[in-house]
Amino acid sequence: MGKISLEVNGRKVEKEASDNTLLSTFLREHLQLTGTHIGCDTSQCGACVVHVDGNSLKSCTALAADVNGSKVTTIEGLETNGKMHPMQEAFKKLHGLQCGFCTPGMVMSAVDLLQKNKKPSDTEIRDWLEGNICRCTGYQNIVSAVKEAATKM
Amino acid sequence: MKDFNYHSAKDSKEASKLASSNSAFLAGGMTTIPSMKLGLATYKDLIDIKNIKKLSGIKVSGKSVIIGAATKHVEVANSKDVKKAIPSLSSLAEGIGDPQVRNRGTIGGSIANNDPSADYPSACIALNATIHTNERKIEASKFFKGMFETALKKGELIEAVEFQIPEKSSYQKHPNPASRYAVVGVYVAKHKSDVNVAVTGAKSCVYNDKEMAKALSGNFSSSSIDGMDLDSSDMNSDIHASAEYRASLVVTQAKKAVDAC
Repeated sequence: MGKISLEVNGRKVEKEASDNTLLSTFLREHLQLTGTHIGCDTSQCGACVVHVDGNSLKSCTALAADVNGSKVTTIEGLETNGKMHPMQEAFKKLHGLQCGFCTPGMVMSAVDLLQKNKKPSDTEIRDWLEGNICRCTGYQNIVSAVKEAATKM
Repeated sequence: MKDFNYHSAKDSKEASKLASSNSAFLAGGMTTIPSMKLGLATYKDLIDIKNIKKLSGIKVSGKSVIIGAATKHVEVANSKDVKKAIPSLSSLAEGIGDPQVRNRGTIGGSIANNDPSADYPSACIALNATIHTNERKIEASKFFKGMFETALKKGELIEAVEFQIPEKSSYQKHPNPASRYAVVGVYVAKHKSDVNVAVTGAKSCVYNDKEMAKALSGNFSSSSIDGMDLDSSDMNSDIHASAEYRASLVVTQAKKAVDAC
């Protein structure tokens, strides 16, 4: 057991957790932030992607303990005053989702891409989303949504 | 995942002191954590080394590039110094896994794990690397011992990897489309006095293909290895590729690498 102190979506949190607690478990079960999804739980699918200190990572493959002291942003932290983030807006507008299970990770990963590359090409978007698997959309509309969001961010 | 005690070490000395026969060092955790979750590995203690400042960073001197063990793949991929000194090394780092893996995974973790299909071990062999640990310096040719086996002793911690800057080099990987691990990857490096042809993914451990290296030392052209018939008897065979196909791929990737040099 140890104390985990994080800043999650701008809010300071401090909770006791056993040392084997994954960041994904900590977010979902200790903080009830269930927007972060657990899909494969083997770091393949990317549904659990969140940002830690500004970079995307798969929260099912990080310990809460080893990101202790970090700033974490989850899908819940993207909106401002009830207004969707441009990336969320673009996914909605262009049907970048069907069942929606992969969407939180897809959106968080895509936001990280645009932080690093403001005008990515189709190939760069597809390469970047390598670690995010979607079994519904065929990816076409996801790529369109990321391109649309790039014009708004 | 079974419970363990998490420790964050402040320096190599403390990390080494905390180590036991039932512990592991934790850097990016990109292999350690999934292995533990799947029950393939269990430890009593996990010793986090990524907060040890001395273990991160990239230094380029006249003849070598020295990369700290806890340096992340993304840092190697984006480093202007590495791109200038050994462009093939930064492009290798850029081709590992996916962006999230590259944001966490480290060079020290990759070579300590010595996965038979990992990318970095081939760079170590091709670029005559020296592995600096908290106890000694180990030549890459003596470091990789076998499948998931290295020359590291209990409590011995990799601190940095020193690569010799070659005259020219290229790494060509045929990636598994799902995992991005190498079905076969070939790292060709031409140094002043020798040529190395490091092969990953084909056998149980990375190796230097002496036959191709000899042919290329005589004439550094893809024509000198064209049609070479490699022995596939100890090559890996699985659902992704048969041993014979891997043997053929090794030559194809080596030719591509020579042409890209």
